Amino acid sequence: MKPIWYFVGLLLVIMGMIIVLAGVYTWIYPPPEQKVLAYLHPDLWWGAVMVIGGLIFLLTNRRKTVE
Amino acid sequence: MTTIGLTVADWLIIFIYFAFILGLGYYLKRFTKNQEDFFLAGRKNSSWVAGLAFLSANLGALELMGMAGNTYKYGMYVAHFYWVGAIPAMLFLAIYMMPFYYSSRVHSVPGYLKWRFDEKTRVLNAVAFAFMTLLVSGINLYAMALVLHTFLGWNWHVCMWASAVTVAIYVSMSGLLSAIFTEIVQFFLIWFGLFLVTFLGIVEIGSVREVFERVPQSFSTLWSTSMDPSLNGMRVTWAGVVLGLGFVLSFGYWTTDFLVVQRAFSAKDMRSARMTPIIASFFKMAVPFLVIIPGLVALILASDPKYGFSLLKDGGQINYDSTLPMLIARYYPSGLAGLGITALLAGFMAGQAGNVSAFNTVWTYDIYRSVINKNASDESLLWMGRVTTIVGIVLSVGTAYWAKSAPSIMDYMQAIFSWVNAPLFATMLLGMFVWWITPTGAFWGLVSGMVSSFTLFLAVKFNWLNAQILALSSPVSDMAANFWRAWWAWLICFVVTILASFHTRRKPKEELVGLVWGMTDVETLDSLPWLKRPEFFAAISVLIFVALNIYFW
Repeated sequence: MKPIWYFVGLLLVIMGMIIVLAGVYTWIYPPPEQKVLAYLHPDLWWGAVMVIGGLIFLLTNRRKTVE
Repeated sequence: MTTIGLTVADWLIIFIYFAFILGLGYYLKRFTKNQEDFFLAGRKNSSWVAGLAFLSANLGALELMGMAGNTYKYGMYVAHFYWVGAIPAMLFLAIYMMPFYYSSRVHSVPGYLKWRFDEKTRVLNAVAFAFMTLLVSGINLYAMALVLHTFLGWNWHVCMWASAVTVAIYVSMSGLLSAIFTEIVQFFLIWFGLFLVTFLGIVEIGSVREVFERVPQSFSTLWSTSMDPSLNGMRVTWAGVVLGLGFVLSFGYWTTDFLVVQRAFSAKDMRSARMTPIIASFFKMAVPFLVIIPGLVALILASDPKYGFSLLKDGGQINYDSTLPMLIARYYPSGLAGLGITALLAGFMAGQAGNVSAFNTVWTYDIYRSVINKNASDESLLWMGRVTTIVGIVLSVGTAYWAKSAPSIMDYMQAIFSWVNAPLFATMLLGMFVWWITPTGAFWGLVSGMVSSFTLFLAVKFNWLNAQILALSSPVSDMAANFWRAWWAWLICFVVTILASFHTRRKPKEELVGLVWGMTDVETLDSLPWLKRPEFFAAISVLIFVALNIYFW
């Protein structure tokens, strides 16, 4: 079977991409009520961290199988 | 009151999580062919997989929210639950107890009790454990629905049933393997989902140093205010922390609670099994970053009106458990809010799956095969495991509805742990390390420990006994009383077991080979280079543990 790390990577990439896209959208169309520290755009860079972390898991385990 | 409004991106993340874990359960079903696969994940897991699952089984949302809230209430002393209240016990399990557990090839902790003592001690512990896991699973389900209803305005019944049905589907398909996989997914979701709460909290306050400087001194130290209970937020002395939490509650939970120990049983070999709690110990020491700092940040924000921050109130009382959700609502924009909520959801559901997978194992091996059908075949055990999963979930939902109608049962959670685990630790300790402890002594010691723990709880709750007598100090908090109750229950079990063993029949020594220290050829792993030995990593863990305690003294 595929190792669990492959699935963890897959989930992080998908969720990270959604968060980045949501961050881009709220940057272009800011909501009427801004969250505290919204100017730091945590969704953009944290989503990117998730995508990068997920890709590392995904790529290093894409050909591996475990018992 | 709804405090977190969700957008399409948030809903999408929540939906993906549900679809993902159901798909994972379906994928793993084809690899679950026999009862060993279902109940022990085939004993093929690496130390990293078993280690992260070992930690995650304890890293539920109820625990994260409760501990962040407790930090708001008691301060830095809550870190004792993660350091002195966990690390020594986890390392003791790895170095001294795991060799017996793993080499005896038992399927469960009650299973060990049968071989070391007898059938009645096994059944007593199995029934108590099954009862405890169902109760905890139900309360977990209720707590999840409460959180989602309070913060998101979701319907109670939908929350409970959606979560219960999802867990029932994936655990009944592939048993412990799917529970372990979802626990690892939960581990990553919790770190990615909650890390930013701490980070943004520190950014808003200024720095970590400022966080500690702006809370009262009694809230920012670990040991320096422990000589006098009136000087610290938890109202407890160092003796209460060390004996009650650090020794009895911690060792009772981490070395005998089958929910966590089962993860180590799933490891592929002795070294992996022994490395399981050691790997978990490093991450356990880091968890305060996710709960202690947010608790302190919330305290600072709520103390200064300029921040416009406060926790929720129920009937005029502060709802301390709202600490983490209120910080998520404060900092997390669209998308990230969905991730934060999914992290909490994952924590709740993995907690429920962990309890149900431990329940189905103990029921099938230690009650069904032991009492009801002694000649059960492999297929019938696998079938029973799947049926028990569904039954366990239905009973959990029933418990959740019961909890909803009588919320005061939440107060009994800690009592349940010290009722089952505290005396069991005395029984296991004596059983593993003293050969002349007898089956009758162990049984009556366990009974007296369980009865005394529950009686002491009722005595303090209904004011038949002053908690200050129990704690040998004044003032005393509920938490301190809990620590001391566990200590007395353990001591009573310990003494009764020894006294009863003097007057009852011992097991022949040849029957104890492989089960008792000094009579067992433990696989020492001496052939490994020292850099790969569990003892080496345990020593590093001890050094970090000591350094943290000195730094935050």
